Amino acid sequence: MKASTSVAITAFVLVAGFALCALQFPNIASTRVVANLLTDNAFLGIVAAGMTFVIISGGIDLSVGSVIGFTTVFTALAIERWGIPPFAAFAMVLVLCALFGAAMGTVIHVFELPPFIVTLAGMFLARGVSFLLSTESIPITAPIYSAVSDFAIRLPGGGRLTAIAIAMLVILVVCALLLHLTRFGANVYALGGSRAATALMGIPVGPMTVRIYMLSSVLAGLAGIVFSFYTAAGYSLSAVGVELDTIAAVVIGGTLLTGGQGSVIGTFLGVLIQGMIQTYINFDGTLSSWWTKIATGVLLFVFIALQQGLMALARRSSLKPAGAKPVDVKPVEATPAGAPT
Amino acid sequence: MSDPSAPPAARPALLDIRGLSKSFGTLKALDGVDFTLGEGEIHALLGENGAGKSTLIKVVTGVFARDAGTVRLAGREIAPRSAKDAVDAGIATVYQEVNLLPNLSVAQNLYLGRQPTRFGVVREGEMKRRARALLLDYGLDIDVGAPLSSYSVAVQHITAIARAVDLSARVLILDEPTASLDRHEVEILFSVMRKLADRGIGIVFVSHFLDQVYEICDRVTVLRNGRLIGSRDIADLPRLDLIRMMLGRELAETTHERAASQPDTAREVCVSFKGFGKQGYVAPFDLELRRGEVVGLAGLLGSGRTETARLVFGAERADSGEATIDGKAIKLNSPRDGAGLGFGYCPEERKTEGIVADLTVRENIVLALQARRGLHRPLSRREQDEIAMRYIRMLDIRPPDPERPIGLLSGGNQQKALLARWLATSPKLLVLDEPTRGIDVGAHAEIIRLVRELCDQGLALLVISSELDEIVTYSNRVVVLRDREHVEELKGEAIEVSSILAAIAADSAPAHEAAS
Repeated sequence: MKASTSVAITAFVLVAGFALCALQFPNIASTRVVANLLTDNAFLGIVAAGMTFVIISGGIDLSVGSVIGFTTVFTALAIERWGIPPFAAFAMVLVLCALFGAAMGTVIHVFELPPFIVTLAGMFLARGVSFLLSTESIPITAPIYSAVSDFAIRLPGGGRLTAIAIAMLVILVVCALLLHLTRFGANVYALGGSRAATALMGIPVGPMTVRIYMLSSVLAGLAGIVFSFYTAAGYSLSAVGVELDTIAAVVIGGTLLTGGQGSVIGTFLGVLIQGMIQTYINFDGTLSSWWTKIATGVLLFVFIALQQGLMALARRSSLKPAGAKPVDVKPVEATPAGAPT
Repeated sequence: MSDPSAPPAARPALLDIRGLSKSFGTLKALDGVDFTLGEGEIHALLGENGAGKSTLIKVVTGVFARDAGTVRLAGREIAPRSAKDAVDAGIATVYQEVNLLPNLSVAQNLYLGRQPTRFGVVREGEMKRRARALLLDYGLDIDVGAPLSSYSVAVQHITAIARAVDLSARVLILDEPTASLDRHEVEILFSVMRKLADRGIGIVFVSHFLDQVYEICDRVTVLRNGRLIGSRDIADLPRLDLIRMMLGRELAETTHERAASQPDTAREVCVSFKGFGKQGYVAPFDLELRRGEVVGLAGLLGSGRTETARLVFGAERADSGEATIDGKAIKLNSPRDGAGLGFGYCPEERKTEGIVADLTVRENIVLALQARRGLHRPLSRREQDEIAMRYIRMLDIRPPDPERPIGLLSGGNQQKALLARWLATSPKLLVLDEPTRGIDVGAHAEIIRLVRELCDQGLALLVISSELDEIVTYSNRVVVLRDREHVEELKGEAIEVSSILAAIAADSAPAHEAAS
């Protein structure tokens, strides 16, 4: 109930914001702009879907930006320098990402380390390796790249729903199904509710943790591939700081940073809100593009405050009938003890 | 209730514990305890704090490893290594703090990890249908799709029980399940317990509400200081005898030296309380504490002893009455106020509220004194060493090393260091909450000797203890509490274990007879 309230508020902010933008710049309300917004943020949407799982489970993954950077460099080198067919290169890089995520998950579980520290180390590691591979931007000229960027579904009103936008939408739908309809998804929420209680209920907490970070890294890898299509290049400095944009999108989408609550659709709305702000600034033309960050920051503050407020309300209403402390309980001889049969 | 008049031997033993022992360092938390639970039996496990109830539960459920003894479930010996092992063996525990997931729906909580699925997709409708049917069996007709946190603690308890039983539990341990339930919710829980007992499930019921024990249980086992005091059929056990089992030794043993009985009026009043109390915490009470006098607070767990102590020190804010010194009203709204007036408080939870385990003995001893002086007047290292050594010698803290982290000391020595912390501030009044809890026998006698010495030096003392012998030994006056009310004040010759027991048991006895 609370979760859907958060998503509803996010949706309202998106619609209201979009309406305001459209009032000032009527051209914004066109399929062309909306389709571009999806294309520009395709990689962000994909990586944010993975982050949603991680944060709901009570963790955090700071390595995703670096993993995207690594993926673009590795893919570009594999295709352009090592002569590996593109799809084989994609498969290789995704396997590497999966192993990387599994390693982080294992370290977090086995050594009981905070995910923050472990994934921070992962962030440096992945970024360092991509610099080691190459420090320059490597253009990708494989035919599949031009084919994919030429492909688009034409929308009424002149919009082009590109292949990478479609990829993002498909991945989001799959992730939403995984999170909301499977045992795996239920376990993710359970972990975020209470790790100890989840373990007591017989859920294998270790393998779950490993799988969640694997999923996040694989999705970051997919986002990296999409990013390489978007820029048609591999560069070790790409997607610097994207992990923070991702976390912001997830939190604005109504996922609790403390875990246990959230949704993929909310995250999608969070991504769209960030994209909308960027679009507005592009339309305005006089504002520095860094205003995107400022607006995102303000929104984050507002949403976190809002979540705390909603939680406090919920806590108050749920405590009322139960009686919070043993202190409030009157010993029972006060009432006649009639045993029901 | 299944027929309580049947002899226990007639029921097959479901859970059979023999000679169970568990030590933590030098402290024997469990010492050769036997416990037998029959099929379909509701068995109360009673004892004051530190009696060993929770240690027993934690050993049986695999949280702690045992040092000695056997645990048999339906004749087969078991040795669970984790809570999950215990659940797999058929022993489920529901704690006061429900160990479920508040953010998931009731249905998910019931079926987490074993949801019905088709092609990997959880069949939400089927799961809800089953959850509803399961809970209807327990008399709950609720929306199982709503998050668990939207329901009362009673519903959460029953959900936890339903999950445990559905996972084929044969022994159900309920640890203080009624502590946060109202009367109506307790009735619901009890009818569930009776239904389960009729199905042959053995239930261990841990509670400090004696009326509930008399209402629901067939048998009772009492532990004290880690030892088995006895197991009885509840029907043959008068309430006074039960309380005596929990608190006192046999009356014949209680020959003791009595505290010097000077007339009260000869002593100077240190602080007095008039109508002092807090709603829902402790009923308003009058209390005078005098210099050179020990006032003992006696009563069962949950009767308001610790609550009284916290009010007196200012750790909790009173909402009625006033406290006065020499006829002048004093402010007593925070521990700072209490400390400022020269009050000291050694809490019961030594580990969490008392010592700072990683700091040294010296640092722990000077803590309160330094706090009193304020940050801008630091004690020099030489002064600190002097103070620490003086009290280490005076109280015989061992080992006599001021630089040892206090967490490495034994319980008795930690307690002495805590005493030293407050003595260093030269207090007027010292409140000791269960000063001998979890301390081995030798140190026990020493702490009691210390209490008397301090009193002879003119300190006013307010001491809480579950050991009635102990209270009788050092108290000049004894205040008896029951149900968060001060019900009796005993003086001089009237201070006897038997009179305290009588005051604790008085007038609530008829209520249970009506119930059973």
